Amino acid sequence: MSDTAVNLTTKKDWSSDQEVRWCPGCGDYGILQAVQQLMPDLGVAPENTVFISGIGCSSRFPYYMNTYGVHSIHGRAPAIATGVAVARPDLDVWVITGDGDGLSIGGNHLIHALRRNVNLTILLFNNRIYGLTKGQFSPTSEVGKVTKSTPLGSIDPPFNPLSVALGAEASFVARTYDLDRKHMMETFRAAHDHRGAAFVEIFQNCNVFNDGQFSDIVRRQNRDENMIQLVHGEPIRFGADGQHGVTMGSDGQLRIVEVADVGEDAIVIHDAERDDSSLAFALARLSNNDHSPTPFGIFRSVARPEYAHAIASQLAQSSEQNGPGDLGELLRSNGTWRVADTN
Amino acid sequence: MTDIQSEEGQEALLHRLVIRFAGDSGDGMQLTGDRFTSVSAAYGNDLSTFPDFPAEIRAPAGTVHGVSSFQVHISDHEITTPGDQPNVLVAMNPAALKADLGRLERGGTLIVNEDAFDERNLEKAGYATNPLQDGSVDQYRVITVPMTSLTKEATAPLGVKPRDAERSKNFFALGLVSWMYTRPTESTLEWIARRFAKDELIAGANREAFLAGYNFGETTEAVGHRYEVRPAQLPSGEYTSVTGNTALAWGIIAAGQLAKLPVTLGSYPITPASDILHELSKHKHFGVRTVQAEDEIAAIGMALGAAFAGHLGVTTTSGPGVALKSETTSLAISVELPLLIVDIQRGGPSTGLPTKTEAADLNIAMYGRHSEAPLPIVAAYSPTHCFEAAIEAVRIALKYRTPVILLSDGFIANGSEPWRLPDVDSLPDISVPFATEFNGTDADGNDVFYSFQRDPDTLARPWAIPGTPKLMHRIGGLEKADVTGNISYDADNHQRMVNLRAEKIARIADELPPTVVQGDADADVCVLGWGSTWAAIDGAVQRRRRVGNKVAWVHLTHLSPLPKDLGDILARYARIVVPELNMGQLSRIVRAEYLVDATPLTKMQGLPFTLAEIEAAIDTALKEVTQQ
Ligand code: SF4
Repeated sequence: MSDTAVNLTTKKDWSSDQEVRWCPGCGDYGILQAVQQLMPDLGVAPENTVFISGIGCSSRFPYYMNTYGVHSIHGRAPAIATGVAVARPDLDVWVITGDGDGLSIGGNHLIHALRRNVNLTILLFNNRIYGLTKGQFSPTSEVGKVTKSTPLGSIDPPFNPLSVALGAEASFVARTYDLDRKHMMETFRAAHDHRGAAFVEIFQNCNVFNDGQFSDIVRRQNRDENMIQLVHGEPIRFGADGQHGVTMGSDGQLRIVEVADVGEDAIVIHDAERDDSSLAFALARLSNNDHSPTPFGIFRSVARPEYAHAIASQLAQSSEQNGPGDLGELLRSNGTWRVADTN
Repeated sequence: MTDIQSEEGQEALLHRLVIRFAGDSGDGMQLTGDRFTSVSAAYGNDLSTFPDFPAEIRAPAGTVHGVSSFQVHISDHEITTPGDQPNVLVAMNPAALKADLGRLERGGTLIVNEDAFDERNLEKAGYATNPLQDGSVDQYRVITVPMTSLTKEATAPLGVKPRDAERSKNFFALGLVSWMYTRPTESTLEWIARRFAKDELIAGANREAFLAGYNFGETTEAVGHRYEVRPAQLPSGEYTSVTGNTALAWGIIAAGQLAKLPVTLGSYPITPASDILHELSKHKHFGVRTVQAEDEIAAIGMALGAAFAGHLGVTTTSGPGVALKSETTSLAISVELPLLIVDIQRGGPSTGLPTKTEAADLNIAMYGRHSEAPLPIVAAYSPTHCFEAAIEAVRIALKYRTPVILLSDGFIANGSEPWRLPDVDSLPDISVPFATEFNGTDADGNDVFYSFQRDPDTLARPWAIPGTPKLMHRIGGLEKADVTGNISYDADNHQRMVNLRAEKIARIADELPPTVVQGDADADVCVLGWGSTWAAIDGAVQRRRRVGNKVAWVHLTHLSPLPKDLGDILARYARIVVPELNMGQLSRIVRAEYLVDATPLTKMQGLPFTLAEIEAAIDTALKEVTQQ
């Protein structure tokens, strides 16, 4: 978000000279393509852009962007990115994380970055597995998952990343998936343009350790029946002819219905800008598995004071009241006395 | 009191005085001690303080572990310690008497609030009989004063309820002591009016209690003589009084100014470091950003992020926090960014003795990281030295692009002393340039930016901050190729980078000033100290030399790298005594480093050394030498 006019860039300007080293077929490639293709459209300069990641397959991402970047420590990217954003509100700061990095070892930093509403665009690559350490279950893996560390099946109930983000008071929450570059670009653009912490969950296929986890939803032939595209201000409908819809019962429960059965008026109108996050929360939990209709798009996008801006205004206010800092004055602020020369 | 000197006036002159105010945690003893200190500082005494309080915020009232004390040493000459033994003990209740009577010098003055010596309080303190009556205090000059009832009487005309009046009794004690030791009263009265401006009744009660105490001294024979401690002949100049934590916070602000960099502090509350966070958050007009992070790890992460973005990144903590920050410290070493990590040491391990002092984090500072991860360590030795030490630590961090650990401890953090203000214009310029241009050429002849192309002298890598056109680059925890900074798994490169990182830190020693040997350079015995033991060593060495012993003393500020001349200096002495508030951490380092026979003097009681303890160790060493 530089004030100066930005020279037009192309996708090439945003790609570093480093060879991309994910497994062939990994969903991460598509996400990288989407981001690199989107950047020239955002009106920002590579030198004013910072990508910060933790550790994991997805966290290699910054190396492939020709911007400033830090490949940091497992889980800590939101904290380090907060430091960058607080120090330099003029920069565009992106956080790249995964389900293990962001929700397990770094869960604390993620929720507090969202709570503070630091101006970060956080992309969480959710593949429901630990890839880099070669295939252990993750905090988003389903109960019963057989992995190297759970030969009899995982007994850990999973997190729903969007519920976590909403519970942490995130002001922007969205979901997209690695197979649809256009959908990703639209979602990332909205996340980038949001002032404050924007959280995007990306369904990402790990074809080596967890192939096909999201296939029932995101494969082309399943999209009509199992993908619900949320559009702000529009009725929540899906299906080849929009024949399915979502209603809210008097018990507050969202249900999937046939529009023909209940009538168009009964269908819930999506409102991402609602102050209270209950609808977004209910939508985030509409599906509790990877085999049934699941919402995508922007769940929530509300205006809240941005953290670095709040810090900057306190600094400005303090300077206005006290004038610029004067070291001599500071050292005398406890009161002083003089000892005279005795000679 | 051995130092009394009679004069014609009404007051007997004392050269020095150590008073210990002791009471219940809720009795306001820290405030009372603080006021006495401020008045004495303004009066021109040299002084040193030692607040000593329990870890519990409100420990059960009346019990020994709920006792909160404040010891202050004032003098008419330069001093460094808060005094081994108080000359005067003010005990507000039986528990305070029980906790602190053993410290009072033989024949010392004991001032007690006799109202508090009822059966209930005696029992809570674990006294079977009243110590004021059973001979326990016979060897002291005892002044019993019904402070609670006199305070109630004095404040009743204002309409203060007896229960509320009780809270002002510490001001009665302060008034009495102010009379006894001829302290000016105006500034305390003004201070009361200011501090309690929001509540007239409390302000009035405290004022009346203070005056009642003062008048009690003047009118009651029981108190007897008045004493005075004249101003010290300190070097001329303008003075203020600061605690170590305040001086350290100011040092960080100054370092930011001297480096021409905004400061960003990431910090998580922890005793005894939190006051630095509090102080820094008050000075936003210096461009200081403070973030109270969600945890210690986030705190250092934010500081590191800010450093990457071109700020002076700082994180402040105590031992347990240093442990949590270890992984990020290693990242800072690996990505070679400047960072200040402040460790205010406290009793450990684990939660240990959070409000008590200890200096046992030298090992974690030196070695507490995975793999080979050397970093510079600077140690402050007194409350006012914290200012200078902070600037020095930041200077090194910036110049060499490295995290630096600055060690202080609970004793100097909370202790205060007069400080002759430095001329701010004479403080060093510690600014370093950011990289703005390409610094290399690739195989195809293109100009490029190499993020790990080092300065040939300092071995520091270029600091190119986001926002700088053309110099976009990525850094990270994976091993980097020498020069280019790209990821490298090459065997020889890793060895080279490990060597370079070590060499960079070692080279800092090239620019350190020659080590100062204080005392008798030609002695047989040398005391080697670091950190807050400075105060006690100073006193002990002076005393030994005054009685004719030859003693040398080296006090280290730079613990990593060690000064280059230290090995040669230590080799000159037959005996090296290393007093440390740990189990011998520095002594083991110098033994390993220089193969010298350093004898540790250790103490792990949550308390600083007394002069006597250090003198005894020097004595033993001297005897051993003569017997040889
Ligand atoms: S392990 Fe899985 S997530 Fe990691 S790079 Fe390979 S396919 Fe992608």
